[in-house]
Amino acid sequence: MRSWWWKILGAVLTGYTIVGGLLLPVPHLDILNETIRNLYFHVPMWFTMIVLFACAFYYSIKYLRTSDLRDDIFATQYTNTGIFFSILGMLTGMEWAKFTWGEWWSNDPKQLGTAMCMLIYFAYGILRSGIKDEEKRAKISAVYNVFAFAMMIPLIFILPRMVDSLHPGNGGNPAFAKYDLDKYMRMVFYVAVPGWILMGVWIATLKIRPELVILEKENADLYDFEKNIK
Amino acid sequence: MAKNTLATVFLLLVTTTLVHAEPEMADTMRSNGKIYVVVAVLATIFAGIFAYLVMLDRKISKIEKNK
Repeated sequence: MRSWWWKILGAVLTGYTIVGGLLLPVPHLDILNETIRNLYFHVPMWFTMIVLFACAFYYSIKYLRTSDLRDDIFATQYTNTGIFFSILGMLTGMEWAKFTWGEWWSNDPKQLGTAMCMLIYFAYGILRSGIKDEEKRAKISAVYNVFAFAMMIPLIFILPRMVDSLHPGNGGNPAFAKYDLDKYMRMVFYVAVPGWILMGVWIATLKIRPELVILEKENADLYDFEKNIK
Repeated sequence: MAKNTLATVFLLLVTTTLVHAEPEMADTMRSNGKIYVVVAVLATIFAGIFAYLVMLDRKISKIEKNK
């Protein structure tokens, strides 16, 4: 165990969110009612996804510079965990939408943008499973990952803000301003985001580390040699 | 006829007051104290997931040491 503190911190922050998110007072608003509390759980899923994809982006570029297969493992598993959180974000968003906007799916620009972003990342997995050669797979998927991340930014941050949307913070509305006015909501939401990001990174590292062990065992000569030089 | 009109006006009044009333929140549930049960259940589930992640993490650490 290299360092525990940030994992425990992540769990404490997320645990506090579950308790505080349900018990602390929220503004009384029509239509939203108590579902306003979903903000503490639905939105951090997306923040976590963005951070995990950013990590994958970083390691993809690093792989293209170093050609070290360990960087490829980091990029792949950060992407997979990011996809996992995007699925959670999409499902929780649809559940919330059903009871506030009336439909599971209302072709909201942000729903469409994130769905397209998810499809781009699903294709990453398909692309990888289609290439047998390790080096080739790593190189092509690293290039693809850089493009996928570059596509995510306009799809999630720019395009939904340019048109009218059911989501707050779009169609000219300043993001979160409506909710952020309430100090109790800020007390929970600003804790939920880093809490879930830490949990997401932790889950990703749990997937990365066994893969690293396997890789280093398979290429024992190479990595032992590397260690001896150091 | 007049009776019907009166009834309609009354109904309209009732509905408008309902619309303008405070948005419905789960305040009664909170005052009953039962919400703490939900919080406890969710906290238990989360604690379980945390414990599982810790176990997994330790197992992986052991494998990393033994290789």
